[in-house]
Amino acid sequence: MRVGPTFNVAFRALRRNKMRSVLTALGIIIGVAAVIAMVGIGNGAKAQVEAQIASLGQNVILIFSGSTTSSGIRTGWGGAGTLKIEDAAAIRREVPDVTAVSEEVTSNTQVAAGNQNWFTRIYGESADYFDIRQWPLADGAPFTPQDVRSANKVCVIGRTTATEIYGNDNPIGQVLRVKHVPFTVSGVLTTKGLSAHGVDQDDIVVMPYTSAMKRVAGGTTLRNINVQVADAKQMSAAQQQIIELLRQRHNIQAGRDDDFTVRNQQEIADAATATTDVMTGLLGAIAGVSLVVGGIGIMNIMLVSVTERTREIGTRMAVGAHGRDILTQFLIEAISLSSVGGIIGIVVGIAAAKTIAVTRHWPTRISLTSIIAAFSVSALIGIFFGFYPARKAARLDPIEALRYE
Amino acid sequence: MNNGAVVKLVDVHKTYRTGEMEVHAVRGVSLEIRRGEFVALMGASGSGKSTLMNILGCLDRPTTGQYILDAADVSRLDRDQLAGIRNRKLGFVFQSFNLLPRTSARENVELPLLYGAHRLTNAQLREKADQVLASVGLGGREDHHPSQLSGGEQQRVAIARALINDPELVLADEPTGNLDSRTSVEIMEIFQQLNERRITILMVTHEQEIASYARRNVLMRDGIVRQDFAVTQRLEAAMELERLARSTTEP
Repeated sequence: MRVGPTFNVAFRALRRNKMRSVLTALGIIIGVAAVIAMVGIGNGAKAQVEAQIASLGQNVILIFSGSTTSSGIRTGWGGAGTLKIEDAAAIRREVPDVTAVSEEVTSNTQVAAGNQNWFTRIYGESADYFDIRQWPLADGAPFTPQDVRSANKVCVIGRTTATEIYGNDNPIGQVLRVKHVPFTVSGVLTTKGLSAHGVDQDDIVVMPYTSAMKRVAGGTTLRNINVQVADAKQMSAAQQQIIELLRQRHNIQAGRDDDFTVRNQQEIADAATATTDVMTGLLGAIAGVSLVVGGIGIMNIMLVSVTERTREIGTRMAVGAHGRDILTQFLIEAISLSSVGGIIGIVVGIAAAKTIAVTRHWPTRISLTSIIAAFSVSALIGIFFGFYPARKAARLDPIEALRYE
Repeated sequence: MNNGAVVKLVDVHKTYRTGEMEVHAVRGVSLEIRRGEFVALMGASGSGKSTLMNILGCLDRPTTGQYILDAADVSRLDRDQLAGIRNRKLGFVFQSFNLLPRTSARENVELPLLYGAHRLTNAQLREKADQVLASVGLGGREDHHPSQLSGGEQQRVAIARALINDPELVLADEPTGNLDSRTSVEIMEIFQQLNERRITILMVTHEQEIASYARRNVLMRDGIVRQDFAVTQRLEAAMELERLARSTTEP
């Protein structure tokens, strides 16, 4: 038959029980909205992490001194001072695809100017650092290779450091005392925001690594070496050449562990996005549970409805309804509840995600996939949880159904 | 229009099995109902009249025997085929009306059309339903819900629903069981009017007085037909109503 009239019949029945229909649909609305909002938050976090990883620079290889396992003793990255300035020079000289190298030393220390002081991170780098990190200056000029060679007392500062020390004054040309050594501020970096780990990347002082080693941190070894390769295709070859070069320079015999660790940006990105993927999956799964609970709500109300309307079903059968007409009617009722709930849920979910984005400053990203998935799942839930009650109705014996009190 | 039998039962038996027990509810009924008859089927509870009614209404099948409805054997049809027969050839009136709640009189009357083979537009459905409602005296009440109608009016909606597909046979199961005596007579008046239009009616009742509005009474006991006779002193509902009106105005 007669699908059109059956739709009519189903909608009439839903309209007869407005309050109940709304409450039943509410279970699905909440479920779908939760899935969309949660996956939106997860995807937003993932996108943010990806952007931050990308801000490390393009085609970057990081070489840390020390190894995760070194002679059976596990040290952290940068834990043992095995990287020498000469290693960086050798990489620059001997690995063909390398376009830029920055020797890095770090230190946390107090800096001061006038009557202001501030605890910040000192990064000693080469002049290539700003290219590798793709981190342009907002104001002033970076230090030069000449500054690096002469270990000049110049530095570039991040926006946070600038504000904390100089307030609204222009820091360019001013003196910044780092461990009582006066440095001249030559430039201010553009704002980069929080890192993937929640560290303020703008709370920084960048100076020539030679100056940092000589005047601030002391020591003769590098924490790590940042290397940039011209093309993504050459990454793995360059990485392999660097490993061979350093093993040779450090006299590491075949079969023994490296005393350094090489990571490329892609590996770091993969690890970070894997974490956010797990988070997104977890959020989505929790929200998915509420969708299933919503589905059980539909089944429950449909079962109540079938029992309550036993006489109605009997009457319909008496006037000529086939079993499948009754089945279709109740299935359509269930699917209507779940898919109308799904559509409203999508709207509510998007609104919730936007609200969170605005009020909590969490980045959210609504994906079309999650909308389509949430809607199809809600329609499927209608079919799945509606089928049993509908079949129960369709199999009623008309004589008993007519007599039912 | 053929003048032969609308209903023909040939040695119909119905046996239920409840656990080890076999219940012989109907034990050999042969019955013929011609077009235009108005039959009252009577009997005490347990006499088998409800079982026979279910068989006649194509809600149930006989265990043995034949049921010919409108010249077609319907005794061996399956569930869906029986549903089709009920839709096209039968009209049901129940003791408790069985109207859909919170649904207008018009929509209740349209119900059998929704399950029919004919595809009608909403306007056609509406026109047909309103016409039948007017014929049972409910013109102007099409949009009322059952809760806004009196018992007699609800039963008239049910009668309109039974008539909407021009059935071969109207089956009424204790149609006055839930109504007061005056309203009962009003319903009998409608049945008699329908019968004047040569609509065949089979009515189950246990009230002798109600049975007297029919043309023929069939009395069942212990699963068989004990008596089958034409009503000699037939009551005319219209006259009864006049008499009732007089008696209420007199002191």
